[in-house]
Amino acid sequence: MIKYKALTGNEATAYVMKQINPDVVAVYPITPQTSLMQKFATYVSDGEVDTEMILVESEHSAMSACVGSSAAGARTMTATSANGLALMWEIVYIAASTRLPIVMPVVNRALSGPINIHCDHSDTMGCRDSGWIQLYSESVQEVYDNMIQAVRIAEDPEVLLPVMVMSDGFIISHGVENVEVYPDEDVKKFVGEYKPDRYLLDLKRPHTFGPIDLPDYYFEHKRQQAHAMNMAAGSILKIAQEFKEKFGKLYSLIESYKVHDAEVAIVAIGSTCGTAKAVVDELRAKNVKAGLLKIRSFRPFPEDDIAVALLKCKAVAVLDRAEGFSATGGPLYREIKSAMLGREKVLVRNYIYGLGGRDIGMNDIHSVYEDLQDIAKTGKMKPPIKYLGVRE
Amino acid sequence: MSKQKAKASKLKNWKELAIGGLILEAGNAAEYKTGGWRTMCPVHDPKKCINCMLCWIYCPDSAILVKDGKVTGIDYDHCKGCGICARECPVKPEKAIKMIKEEK
Repeated sequence: MIKYKALTGNEATAYVMKQINPDVVAVYPITPQTSLMQKFATYVSDGEVDTEMILVESEHSAMSACVGSSAAGARTMTATSANGLALMWEIVYIAASTRLPIVMPVVNRALSGPINIHCDHSDTMGCRDSGWIQLYSESVQEVYDNMIQAVRIAEDPEVLLPVMVMSDGFIISHGVENVEVYPDEDVKKFVGEYKPDRYLLDLKRPHTFGPIDLPDYYFEHKRQQAHAMNMAAGSILKIAQEFKEKFGKLYSLIESYKVHDAEVAIVAIGSTCGTAKAVVDELRAKNVKAGLLKIRSFRPFPEDDIAVALLKCKAVAVLDRAEGFSATGGPLYREIKSAMLGREKVLVRNYIYGLGGRDIGMNDIHSVYEDLQDIAKTGKMKPPIKYLGVRE
Repeated sequence: MSKQKAKASKLKNWKELAIGGLILEAGNAAEYKTGGWRTMCPVHDPKKCINCMLCWIYCPDSAILVKDGKVTGIDYDHCKGCGICARECPVKPEKAIKMIKEEK
């Protein structure tokens, strides 16, 4: 029997963490993920999980405690958001380079300043080069499903990299949705027991974790990390396939929504994809060949899949919910441009939108598709980077 | 130079190394040769040495070689040339350990 629960993104994440029952969760709460950890702390207090919950004095300490715990051999999680993630920065890199399969839900919100607590992707886009796998979610259901898969991806012996599971601040984290939740035993069986090959508390085989790595070895360890990220795409697909067989929902690195015959397409990340799908349906009803390409896995970046999906489009809009300040467009746009190198027949335009929680509605998305139809018709695209929804 | 080349050829490639900088064997610091860092080189004179073992106690790199209660020389693979041994050597008027400039 299928069971539904009305949950916010934070509640669904706490709920799935309860089902996964990690050994250790180290946490310093920061809005808007606060309610996530508040809910999980309730599970701990009520004895519904065996988790050792460590309350620390900062986000830097939270990730440090996670590194120690994961190295010790415990299945480890934390959660963060925005400036909390920024404060973790140093240890975020160390977690990845020490190859510790930590899973961290991140509730996306704007980095200060000016001080702002609302949704954009500047926090996780800022650490896109940290060596973590990054899975973005469109809905509460996807956060729930991504969390289950994230544990398996992180702990895959071919990968052994930490995973961030993203949800849009307030839009997903505090928005209530009807979520299909799976039985506890099915989730537990799917994630299985964590059996690390190497761990600090292995008294029979003592190892050193986190030593100094001078110029004669550091490079080789970075090469290994790059290899692990190369292997991650295959692992994400393999585990998605298993997930489909068990729970019936299909995930991939990207999701093509009516892109196969689209003349105009939007590429986006996160909750905006849901809004864009509704617009695509309206346009399709008017015989406009519109499509949406959703990026689920930003790291690793599925360059080839994206290029193949967009190949037949005439005009493409890349929606960035982070500025990036490269002076040449947002972070997703830069990568899509690079993916489309040698395929310049497809005109790609950048829209930077929704910074600091600025709403994006269907009318905004409609205006983008209208622009795209003009671009497809005239072949003219000026300027190549547009700010959607800013007061000019 | 030939020494360095020989060392480089023994370094493991990225496929052979344990991941994440993990060190799998205990007590392997001795395998890491730090002698190449030296600019000043301690030279031990066994004729002057009174085998008081002060240099052995002070050496931060365990680079004073001792056999049967006697200092037999310096482990140049690990001595970084800090000079503590020469500084602490109590032999007078001339010390039993002298620092000389490292020559190639």
